Amino acid sequence: MCQDCGCGDPEVVPVKVQQKILARNDRTAAHNREHFLGDGMLAVNLMGSPGAGKTAVLEATGRALPDPKKVAAIAGDLATENDANRLIAAGIRSRAITTGQACHLDAELVHRAVHHFDLRGVEYLFIENVGNLVCPAVYDLGQALNVVALSITEGEDKPLKYPTMFAKADLVLLTKADLLPHLPFIDVDKIIDALAHVMPVPRVISMSARTGFGIEAWIRWLATSRTAALEKFEVYA
Amino acid sequence: MHEYSIVQSLVDSVDAAVKQTPDAIVMRVHVEIGDLSGVDVDLLTTAFETFRDGTCCERAGIVIERVSTQWVCPKCHRPIASGAVLQCPDCHEPARLGAGDEILLREIEMEVPDVSGLRMR
Repeated sequence: MCQDCGCGDPEVVPVKVQQKILARNDRTAAHNREHFLGDGMLAVNLMGSPGAGKTAVLEATGRALPDPKKVAAIAGDLATENDANRLIAAGIRSRAITTGQACHLDAELVHRAVHHFDLRGVEYLFIENVGNLVCPAVYDLGQALNVVALSITEGEDKPLKYPTMFAKADLVLLTKADLLPHLPFIDVDKIIDALAHVMPVPRVISMSARTGFGIEAWIRWLATSRTAALEKFEVYA
Repeated sequence: MHEYSIVQSLVDSVDAAVKQTPDAIVMRVHVEIGDLSGVDVDLLTTAFETFRDGTCCERAGIVIERVSTQWVCPKCHRPIASGAVLQCPDCHEPARLGAGDEILLREIEMEVPDVSGLRMR
């Protein structure tokens, strides 16, 4: 009842909450992260537009690593299990997450996918997100690092159009670099300049999954990042 | 469009917050959305108005406060304009995001038949 005049009218009361709307997702992500690092895995959230070459990057990674048993992947897709099947054919342990209408993976979907997935001996866990440059950037999955695949055919100003995605990226893989000789109007320096406007540390590796160009640099980056992530985890654990 | 899933999480958060006050009617929710959060304010409003039916927010409006992106130098704290190269021109340090990634439930306004109990909490 109204406390001022006793009129009996209900009163509108403001209640301060100050809480992250995705707090629940963040808690599950933290739980995933602890599991991944605790088990010696570098989890990489691989994002990019549909057709940027995410699956091809992983196939090439599986081929380039001396022991493919150390790699596993979870592939998110709206409707098919094609990506996971491609990865299995490339010798990479994989699970598909079919999201139906959802345009992104979230921490709970990843948690459920890894629950019944034998990840013993795995050093690199790739989470191939749904092809989309907007929504996946919003959800923490428990990854140690975000990697965005950006194919050189996508346009030089793509990073400026999707700043949220690139601001969160630890590394950008400039894919399909073997096509450059056929694209005289594409200036790679312009892509890198665009990245510097949206990424505080614009780390870029140009690569071609088809020819193997740049794969070595990528594998080296993964190994260094894994060591750094595990050391950091042990210091804080 | 992930705004629907954001609304789902928002409604769940409001639900958890108002559980202690069973007779309360949620009248308005105040949220903060950063310009670099990846959430579109108009889509969020539409999603909220579509999905509030049948939830604790059925009669609630949504008030969205936008937070602009602010990059700063972590060393000299100089602001770095968004749209510029994200590196401090003086210290050459990579910029740090000071604000703009918020997806926050800030406040719930509810109508309570008897506020005395709530005030005592």
